[in-house]
Order: sequence, then structure tokens, then C-alpha cells
Amino acid sequence: MSRSDTFHPFARVLHWLMALMILTMLFVGAGMVSTVETKHDWLLAIHKPLGITIFVLALIRLGFRLTHPAPPLPVDMPLWQKLAAHASHWLLYALMIALPLIGWGMLSAGNYPVTLGGGLLLPPILPSDPLVFAWLREAHRYLAWLFFLTFLAHMGAALMHGLIRRDGVLQSMTGGRTPD
Amino acid sequence: MTDETGARSRPPTHTAWRWALIGLAVAGFAAAFGYVAGWLAPGRLTPHRLVNAVAANGGEHAGFRRNHAKGVCVAGRFEASGALAGFSTAPLFAAGTSTPVVGRFAVPGSNPYAADSSVPIRSLALRFDLPDGEQWRTGMNAMAMFPVATPQAFYALQLATHADPATGKPDPAKTKAFFESHPETAPFLAWVKTAKPSASYASETYRSINAFYLRDAAGDRHAVRWAMVPEQPAEGDGGPAAGDTDYLAADLGKRLAAGPLRWHLQMVFAVPGDAVDDATRAWPDDRRMVDAGTLVLTSSQPQADGPCRDVNYDPTILPRGIETSDDPLLAARSATYADSYLRRTSEEAHVPGTKHPGEDKR
Repeated sequence: MSRSDTFHPFARVLHWLMALMILTMLFVGAGMVSTVETKHDWLLAIHKPLGITIFVLALIRLGFRLTHPAPPLPVDMPLWQKLAAHASHWLLYALMIALPLIGWGMLSAGNYPVTLGGGLLLPPILPSDPLVFAWLREAHRYLAWLFFLTFLAHMGAALMHGLIRRDGVLQSMTGGRTPD
Repeated sequence: MTDETGARSRPPTHTAWRWALIGLAVAGFAAAFGYVAGWLAPGRLTPHRLVNAVAANGGEHAGFRRNHAKGVCVAGRFEASGALAGFSTAPLFAAGTSTPVVGRFAVPGSNPYAADSSVPIRSLALRFDLPDGEQWRTGMNAMAMFPVATPQAFYALQLATHADPATGKPDPAKTKAFFESHPETAPFLAWVKTAKPSASYASETYRSINAFYLRDAAGDRHAVRWAMVPEQPAEGDGGPAAGDTDYLAADLGKRLAAGPLRWHLQMVFAVPGDAVDDATRAWPDDRRMVDAGTLVLTSSQPQADGPCRDVNYDPTILPRGIETSDDPLLAARSATYADSYLRRTSEEAHVPGTKHPGEDKR
């Protein structure tokens, strides 16, 4: 089951699982800071443990990706598209790891207990400092928006490969057979 | 299996529709995100709007809290009696436990230079630091109930009591119209008529106002509100000298220099039928009370560099054994305090687009 033109099954499972989690995370984050309703509380209760789960999975995924190369891109893809593909993938990896870390660090600097629910508590990773909190909190917001924009580009490009170019790139992650 | 060249050998049909499908998917996700984030929902009451409305009444003061801006830091400890241990698993209630406390006395309003006598209400916020890293944060007010039950009504109250630029005072017609259309404010209005600005923080009873749940070891929950009841009697000497607008912090410092100040954490238990989700409705006085322990305050510090300065007293930060109720004000307090905290820390950090502290005028 390790064809050279598809991702390893483990990579595919991680990809789709994390896609769902990250999208949920981005919507939960955007929603919880823009409402004063009671959903603010339960969205926040989802946001923190989900973020840490994404962080751990992202590290596993990065390790797997570094030891299991991705299928090559089609040879006839324009250079700029290849560069954009590689850059956006590494940006996605960077954001998957950086955003949870910034969230954790910002709560630490803001002197908040980093609670994951059920009495589970993470240690602070930064000393208490309101200035650091403010900068990290702003970074968390803007990098999350960047994450969402990168997701849109990623999804648009994947659909373009699947529907317009029909070059097997989308199938390399869905695992389905390329059209014949 | 088809190889890459094979896959491309047949050009796609209906290309325009395929592009449209891609565009629709991208636009759909973008619109959904825009709606959730509030950009495409201009009518939504966001934390930012609510804080703007509160701060507008006392002016924006960079670096300060957007409400209860004038205050003073205190430090001390909480000594548990053990009487509450059977109702809550929170470790700070176990008999003989002493928990360090960082607190803050304050006066409501967004103006850090307001006269102490400008409002007949004082507040006390506390952060209990449990040994395992858990925290209990609470913001209490010396009043019997809250004027409104929901964040939407609180927002409307702010708008109805905004100072008219022409007169510098709220428009009486607007204020009257608000209270007439919000009958839930009646108990508060009756209470506030009798309330007088106290001469000391030390002699006030501070209440949670909102209800919470205690969770016991068996997993059962108990609806409660709490009150910090002072050991210090109210002063009968007529209070501060005329013209003194900052007597509260001075009085507190003087008292603490003479010795610790003490309050008893009285946990008040609801009976079935008591409003657990409505802060406008006080519970009758005959409800069962349990003395959970003694708050002992030993020192005070100016808030400009005291340990309470960088604490967001979000009342939904709770240890195991204490839980939020369905009171809609609690989530709104959490959301708006976070907004206020980010504003003042961003101003301290000189994040671009923020006013620098000290630029505001008294």
C-alpha cells in the first residue's frame, strides 16, 4: 500500500484528521472572541485541549513527513506553482506548531492557569509578563488569520489539481485512484 | 493505476463550471469564517462593543482597566474552616488549609481618577493561588443584586446612561425609558436608593452576585452564591473630610498598618426554585449559610506597580470543585474582561494602534 504517487496511509489519516481539527480550531477561536454569549465559555473549553492535541499531532506528523518524503509533484507544473506548493506546506507545518505554542506561551505570560479541563493543568512556559502577553496575543490573532488564508489557498489549489489539471495530486492525499 | 501523464491525457470538460465550484468552495469557507468572526454579523454584541460602551461613560484611559479602573492591590491569605469541604472538592476548602491571595479593592467605573464618593458601590476581586497551580478568581461587588440579567440588557443600560455631549449628563428621558422597559431592574433601583458610598473598603460585604455550583466528592453539585462578610464594623465617625476624593486607599493603608483585616467567606446555598441564572434576583435572607473560612488581608500596594495590576479577575477561572452556572452574565464577564485585559496590556506594550499610557488627561 505504499505507491510512490500517493501519501503513506498514516500521513493521509493524519492529514484529514488534523484538517478537521484545525478547521474546527480556527472557527472556535474566531467565534469565542467575538461573542459575549454563554458559548464563549464552552468554546474556550474546547479551544485549549484541542490546541494542545493539534500541537502533539503536528510534531508526530512533522517527524513522519521528514522521514517519509511526499510524492513528487507533476513534472509539468509551472515553477511558481511548485514553489508556492512547497512554501505553503511548510508554512502550514510552521503554523500548526507555532500557534498552539504561542497560545500556551501567551496564557503563561498573561498569568493564566493553562487548564485543559478535568483538573488537567499544563505548566507555564514563560514567566508572567503583561507586555509579552500583549504581543503574543496579537500574534496569535494575526497568525490564525494567516492560517485560515493559507488553508483557503491550500484547498483551492487542491481542488484545482483535482478538477482542472486532474493530475493525481489531489488523489495522492485522498488515496482514491487517479482518473483513467 | 494511471500514471501522471495518463491522468492529464484527457482535458477536462465544463471547465467554467469546475472553476466556479472551486470559487464557491473558497468563498463559502471565507464567508462562514467571516460570519463566525463577526465581520459579516454587524449586529452582534461583541466583547469589544460592550467594553467600548462601558468605557465611554468614564472616558478611555490607556493602560487602565476599562471598568473598576480605580483601585488598590491587597495581599493576604485565606484560612479554610473546613466546613465547606463536604460540598466542594476544591482543595482550598480543606480544614487547616491556608491559601495565598492577591486581591484588589476598586470603585466601579472606567475613570481611574473618579472621586471615591462618585458611586455607592465598592468591589473586591481575589485570586486564590492553589498549590497545584490551579486558581480561583472572583470579582465581587458590595451590592445586593445586579441591575440587569443579560449582557444585551447591560449594553442597553450603558447606552441609555451615556452622558449627553450637550449637558455632560445622561439624558433623563432615555434613562427613564430604559428602566421602564426593563422591569428586572426594579430590585436594584430600590436597593441603590438606600445605598451610600462607604468611607472604608474594610467594612463592606462583597457578594458574588452571580450563582455558581460547588461539586462535592460524590459528584453532586450545589447552587451557591457567596458573600465576604467583614469582621470590621462600619465606622460611625461620619467618614472622610469634605473635598477628599481618594480616602478609600488611604483608609485601607492606615487600617492595615494597625493590623490584618478579616472577612468571612459565607457560602449561601440555594433551595429549589431560587434563581440560579438571574443576577437581578437576590435570594431570601434565610438561606443556609456555611462559613468556609477567613480571608486575612495583611498589606496593600498601589495598583500602578502592585501584584494585582496584571491580573484579569475573570470569575470563570475556577479550580476543580467550583463551576460556573448558566447565568449569562458570567460568560459575558469572561469575554469582556479578556478584551479589557488585552487593551490595557497592549497599551503598556505600545502595540501599534494603541494609545500610550499617560496620554490621557484627567
